[in-house]
Amino acid sequence: MQITLNGESVITQQQTLADLIIEQGYQDMYVATALNQMFVAKADRSDAKLEEGCRVEIVAPMQGG
Amino acid sequence: MTKETNLTKNKLNKKGQVKSSLTFYGQELSSRLLLGTAQYPSPQILLDAIEASASEVITVSVRRESGSDKAGQHFWDLLKQSNCKVLPNTAGCKNAKEAITTAMMARELFDTDWIKLEVIGNDDTLQPDVFGLVQAAQELCQQGFKVFPYTTDDLIVGEKLLAAGCQVLMPWGAPIGSGRGLQNPKALESYRQYFADVPLVIDAGIGLPSQAAQAMEMGYDAVLLNTAVARSGKPVDMAVAFSRAIEAGRSAYQSQPIAPRDMARPSTPVAGTPFWLD
Repeated sequence: MQITLNGESVITQQQTLADLIIEQGYQDMYVATALNQMFVAKADRSDAKLEEGCRVEIVAPMQGG
Repeated sequence: MTKETNLTKNKLNKKGQVKSSLTFYGQELSSRLLLGTAQYPSPQILLDAIEASASEVITVSVRRESGSDKAGQHFWDLLKQSNCKVLPNTAGCKNAKEAITTAMMARELFDTDWIKLEVIGNDDTLQPDVFGLVQAAQELCQQGFKVFPYTTDDLIVGEKLLAAGCQVLMPWGAPIGSGRGLQNPKALESYRQYFADVPLVIDAGIGLPSQAAQAMEMGYDAVLLNTAVARSGKPVDMAVAFSRAIEAGRSAYQSQPIAPRDMARPSTPVAGTPFWLD
């Protein structure tokens, strides 16, 4: 299916947010996630189902003012 | 409500001097400078500037992370060396929903319920969208966040933020990154007097230590800044300058400055002046 990951179009066969994180190389990284603009806690990523056209955000700590 | 209301909250130390005390949501702090972490020439200069500033609270953000370059992971490892409390922001969010989701991601990432709430209404001025701000503050306070709202100097908006559950208010001095200093000092004086018992932080627009001192002389509890230090020619030295200015401004406020006069008044005694009444 085609999804949008951090603003970029991505083709994936993964069914959950947890699996997508592994597929995209984020395992063991310090990140937080949102699916369709809703926060998904780390513990809930396995239950977060991906659907065609969904929008995923994966964020990390960054400098800020 | 007067400046004295705040003054009486300060404790006296053993020498009978006024001891400075700053508390945000039950967390007592000794430094009144909150420092941003962006735009420094290098990670080491960032760390050195934080240390030189003596800041105990530093602001951070969340941004999209690539699965390959891991920039955020390196930054987080670096920040841990500062031993400061982090205040994540929602910079760049354009509406309440974005800000709320960003705050929730930040809470999990940084393991803190503190959030510097920004809802931006205009790209050129980076002016707060105060309607979205109040809406987001209500939701986040209900969810247990300790909200530090970046707001304007509008008193009614301040009232609504307090009603939402905020226990700190952060009016802007000038547009973010402009370095213009306090653009509306009379309104900020009124704000200080109106919210006499609320911790108030001037957030954004400060360019020079003297401008930070001006805010502190008005009775503001703290100053939050980033660009003025990070983009100066010598960030570490500038961090020291701001730290000293903020301490000086606070001491001046506590020392009850004289009221301005229109006409001169001699400071040297008049009686006994040579040739007096000749």
